[in-house]
Amino acid sequence: MERNLTLVALFAALIAALGLIPQLTLAFGVPITAQSLGVMLCGTVLGAKRGALAVLLFVLLVALGLPLLAGGRGGLGVFVSPTAGFVVGFPFAAFMTGLVVENWRQGSLALVAGVAAVFGGIVVLYAFGISGLAWSLDKPLSEAALLVTAFIPGDLIKAVLAGVITAALARARPDSVLSRA
Amino acid sequence: MISLTSPVRTRAHGWPAAAKLALLCGATVVLFARTDIGFQAAAFVTALGLYLLGGRQFARQGGAALLQLWPFVVLVGVWHVLTGDIEAGSVIILRLLTAFALANLVTMTTTLWQMIDVVMALTAPLRALGLNTRALALGMALVVRFTPALADKGTQLTQAWRARSPRRASWRIVMPFTVLAIDDAENVAEALRARGGTNP
Repeated sequence: MERNLTLVALFAALIAALGLIPQLTLAFGVPITAQSLGVMLCGTVLGAKRGALAVLLFVLLVALGLPLLAGGRGGLGVFVSPTAGFVVGFPFAAFMTGLVVENWRQGSLALVAGVAAVFGGIVVLYAFGISGLAWSLDKPLSEAALLVTAFIPGDLIKAVLAGVITAALARARPDSVLSRA
Repeated sequence: MISLTSPVRTRAHGWPAAAKLALLCGATVVLFARTDIGFQAAAFVTALGLYLLGGRQFARQGGAALLQLWPFVVLVGVWHVLTGDIEAGSVIILRLLTAFALANLVTMTTTLWQMIDVVMALTAPLRALGLNTRALALGMALVVRFTPALADKGTQLTQAWRARSPRRASWRIVMPFTVLAIDDAENVAEALRARGGTNP
């Protein structure tokens, strides 16, 4: 229990700390940061349930008023802003990423974790993000989707990194990669 | 860790957090239900007035938070000027700004601990189902404690990298960074167990 709790809490803190790595803000204000890499790692390392709990804890603390999102953003305003869909989608992204890693046991972990991160961290996360943009800006989904396509290459790189880092962690700290425990 | 609560004390700081959150929920639902520009403009002016009630410094802090929405305001503005539907664009922009301003007002006038009290009250029924809500409180405290500690370690890793290489550290430090986080988690778990764990 204590080990699960501290791993969940530490990965929530890891997402926040990764947000502090200097960011690049491209068009439309969706910042490119290492933060979504943290969300992917929660899923690939901690697995579906614990990964989602870690991200949920992070999102809860953002809602309660801590400036943990990249660029020092936080508070309730985040959840009515156009990027709300991405923040709400974070726990689902980690859950789906973890689910893929837990159930796909063949092949190299780097490849499996990378593909899982693409599915959870891009397909699932963007489904939420685009819906949020469309809702907030009152635009059709296709137009909202156009706004975020610029960020997909960056996220593909992050998914590759998530795969590489997860495989390296499985060698360095095999007991801590709970998605394969 | 510094939360986004405003250090400028206003009367709203003393109001119960649950009541402020309930009011915010109601106001947001109404904002998204109404599509007439008159109502949205009045709501926006009211929100600005609420900030001004807190004094100049308080209003300036609120204004700085609102500034993060500028890319969306520009985007929607240009879009609707091009399509010629300026009234619909104005409604979207005003609604966006008002909803954000009101939500941020609650964040600025409520401390983290008041918010956590609301969360604990809302999760209390789960205790009856056998869930350990103490673990949630402990988890939140751990994140608050470990975020600055991890950020420090990230800075140290970056500096160590810079001392050895002319290239930027960027993603290469994420792997040692994650190992450090995992090692910290294992140590803290052991310390927690030694002190009675989550069910003392």
